[in-house]
Amino acid sequence: MTLQETTNEALAVEMKDITLRFPGVLANDHVNFTLRKGEIHALLGENGAGKSTLMNVLMGLYKPNSGTIIVNGKHVSFGSPKDAIASGIGMVHQHFMLVPNQTVTENILIGLDEPKFVLNIKKYDQKVRELAEQFGIQIDPTAQIWQLSVGEQQRVEILKILYHGAQILIMDEPTAVLAPQEAAELIETLRGMARQGKSVIFISHKLNEVCAVADRLTILRKGRATAEGISVEGITREALASLMVGREVIFNLQKKDQAPGEVVLELQEVSAVNNKNLPALRKVNLCLKEGEILGIAGVAGNGQSELVEVITGLRECTGHILLEGKEIANKSPQASISAGLAHIPEDRIGVGTAPNLSLTKNVIMKSYDHAPISNAWRVNYTAAGVHAEELKNQYKIQAPSIETQARKLSGGNLQKLILARELSSKPRLIVAMQPTRGLDVGAIEAVLDLLLEERSKGSAILLVSEDLEELLSLSDRVAVMYEGEIVGVMDQKEADINTIGLMMIGSLRGDPACPPAETRTQPTDLNEQGAE
Amino acid sequence: MGLRLDVQKRTEDYPKWLPAATSVGAVLLAFVFSGLILLSVGADPIRIYSFFWTASFGSWGAVSDVIVKATPLLLIGLACAFAFKMKLWNIGAEGQFYMGAFFASMVILLPMVDLEATPKVLVLGLMMLMGMLGGALYGFIPGILRAKYNINEVITTLMLNYIAVFWNNYWIFGKYSDAGFQMTKMFPKIAWLPRLSDFAKQYKGFSGITLHLGVIFGLIAAVIVWLILYKSRWGYKITLIGDNPKAAKYAGLNITRNIVLVFMFSGALAGLAGMAEVSGVVHRLQERISTNYGFSGVIIAWLAKLNPFAVILVSVLFGALIVAGREIQPSGVSFLIQGIILFLVISSDVLLKYTIRVVRTDKNGEIVQAKSAAVEEAE
Repeated sequence: MTLQETTNEALAVEMKDITLRFPGVLANDHVNFTLRKGEIHALLGENGAGKSTLMNVLMGLYKPNSGTIIVNGKHVSFGSPKDAIASGIGMVHQHFMLVPNQTVTENILIGLDEPKFVLNIKKYDQKVRELAEQFGIQIDPTAQIWQLSVGEQQRVEILKILYHGAQILIMDEPTAVLAPQEAAELIETLRGMARQGKSVIFISHKLNEVCAVADRLTILRKGRATAEGISVEGITREALASLMVGREVIFNLQKKDQAPGEVVLELQEVSAVNNKNLPALRKVNLCLKEGEILGIAGVAGNGQSELVEVITGLRECTGHILLEGKEIANKSPQASISAGLAHIPEDRIGVGTAPNLSLTKNVIMKSYDHAPISNAWRVNYTAAGVHAEELKNQYKIQAPSIETQARKLSGGNLQKLILARELSSKPRLIVAMQPTRGLDVGAIEAVLDLLLEERSKGSAILLVSEDLEELLSLSDRVAVMYEGEIVGVMDQKEADINTIGLMMIGSLRGDPACPPAETRTQPTDLNEQGAE
Repeated sequence: MGLRLDVQKRTEDYPKWLPAATSVGAVLLAFVFSGLILLSVGADPIRIYSFFWTASFGSWGAVSDVIVKATPLLLIGLACAFAFKMKLWNIGAEGQFYMGAFFASMVILLPMVDLEATPKVLVLGLMMLMGMLGGALYGFIPGILRAKYNINEVITTLMLNYIAVFWNNYWIFGKYSDAGFQMTKMFPKIAWLPRLSDFAKQYKGFSGITLHLGVIFGLIAAVIVWLILYKSRWGYKITLIGDNPKAAKYAGLNITRNIVLVFMFSGALAGLAGMAEVSGVVHRLQERISTNYGFSGVIIAWLAKLNPFAVILVSVLFGALIVAGREIQPSGVSFLIQGIILFLVISSDVLLKYTIRVVRTDKNGEIVQAKSAAVEEAE
């Protein structure tokens, strides 16, 4: 298809002059957006730029104050997402909308007219399996959602909208949750779908990816389009970044050479099971020193979450975990915290914050029980407010006030809030899981800078990330996990993406981690019970 | 051309006065709706309401009756509000109330102390402690079941209510019955909470005023609950667990222990209400000492938006409805109003999440202009 000869018949979606005003904010300011049939159109922009709002307008969740929407040549005015779905538009949200206690197939069938009364689940399992195969998506239709990793859950979401017959797919930051290989697979899947005539809107922050996947792109900044449907050919990453943030972004991290100090964290022969009661960690040995960043690479679901959970006291395990010489395995989250642990969890909203409570109440989550925030029984909310105000300024958290509910913050500001709370406790060990996932360029830089600053202060940092470039630019050493094992540890200077990639998919083994220290006590019996 | 409701999700914080305003609005609207229902069956709502007013606030005696009725409601409302703050749905205040009454009565019925020789203060103090202990133990059961085995507390507390009622009946009929009636013998005066009428000799006006010390327990409990929920470390933990248990666990809180403790504290408040009722009002253990206080408490806590001081006001309103309801036939009218109040208060939460405006529409159903920016009491 030549891009120039576009007639209206070739357009799947045409949004003209869309304006949407929220109190105090112009979320979309006269935005034009067109989607051709069979193309992948990337929608770029920082958090709060208005991408999701624009897509929610298309999905019928918001009514624009002005502007027209044409889908497949027809003027439409959707009253609800149901209307949009009926017109063949489907959206995979960033936060999945799945029922945890139902199977993949059951989730896919939700909201459909068929089956009417009797559910022959086997028949539909087979249909789902066939559909998955058609698009090269690997999934077990009989698995329950809570058993699946985040990456697998996303595949269910995609299958769901495909099953619902969507011709136009909106993907809200789909690769944010995926490992590089999975992301590549997804991009392949999307390309295949585009070849079959489906149109894809691909919302993303990741510049490389956008260039790899999209035919054209639209960039939003502060509600306005700074590029409308330009072709990706010949455009540079730097040019995209400056269109997105309005200034040249250079990932120029100030990482000093420094010799690591004493051992802070030591894992000896640590094994654990996952939620399905299957082995998730197999005799993991690791050590981590002061002023060192150890990056954990691996495809999602290879034991990284469980590794973080055993260290933070949220999961039972066998073996020994020593933080500054103190045993913290199988104790409690409280024991890990008081031994000097800070934890930046993967799930910022579900785990990292209490969404309906104020900023103040969120920043004192781990300091509410000692001076100066509280005395013997009373929480001094005045002191807490002062503390919150300080952190808000120091970490540049953008919020109307410290009384604002955490859920009203954008992703980047929420992460800054969590970092502010965790780092202000002057931790010895920081465990950060996907700290930059889903953040915009500006916020990523701020988060990475903060981690490097902690490194220079002498904290030990365990960084779990699926963004290999980020991992390699930040870490001093990189360990690769595959099926619950550490299959290789290498110095950052010797590490290269190809070797790591091969290790991640299990076709190469390197040196094991820290040589196992002499076991002081016999490891206890493997606990068959998976912790929550 | 036409009019239509335009419902928009609130994107900014609602003003601080709004929750109070919607609650008051809901109560007023409930009286309007009840009035319409009364009108439809041929009654005169204005006359009924003015009668309600004189029956509940027309004289000092009436006011005293209202406060006496409000006392158990206040304590139970606080018990519910406390548990609800952590999203523990304790529907079992009724059972905890009965167990509190039973344990407190045991001080006299066994008797636990020498009733001739022990000073009144000690007897009453022991009854209070036993009442709270009874309620707390009865709250412990659903607490531990929920905390350890994740058994739904709505079901367990609801069922335990019946067990408590029949447990009480068993002892009342089986062992302590007063000549086969469904009540025990009258307690000796040493077990009675002081009443204003006790001082009628000094102050003539107190003659016949049955207001007892229990209301002071209620007021002190309201202050304590407020201090715990809004000022203390424990209250912070309760709020945090209530909002996001996963975050609380991640922050190192012991959720299991807190579920049990909150349930026991809630039970203790309901148990104290039971003690105040046997010691301050009926002066014996008997069948049906509660007229569904446990369930009214749920409504009161909700109506008060879990605010301990608002619980005081709401329980007085409910006390007045009960007192007035006794004076009127059919007595169901006050239950009708209670039900409508609950229904409307719960619906009024919609106004905290959405703004609702009446808008003018043109032929195509498109909005022409906003008619009024004010939030309408639209349901």
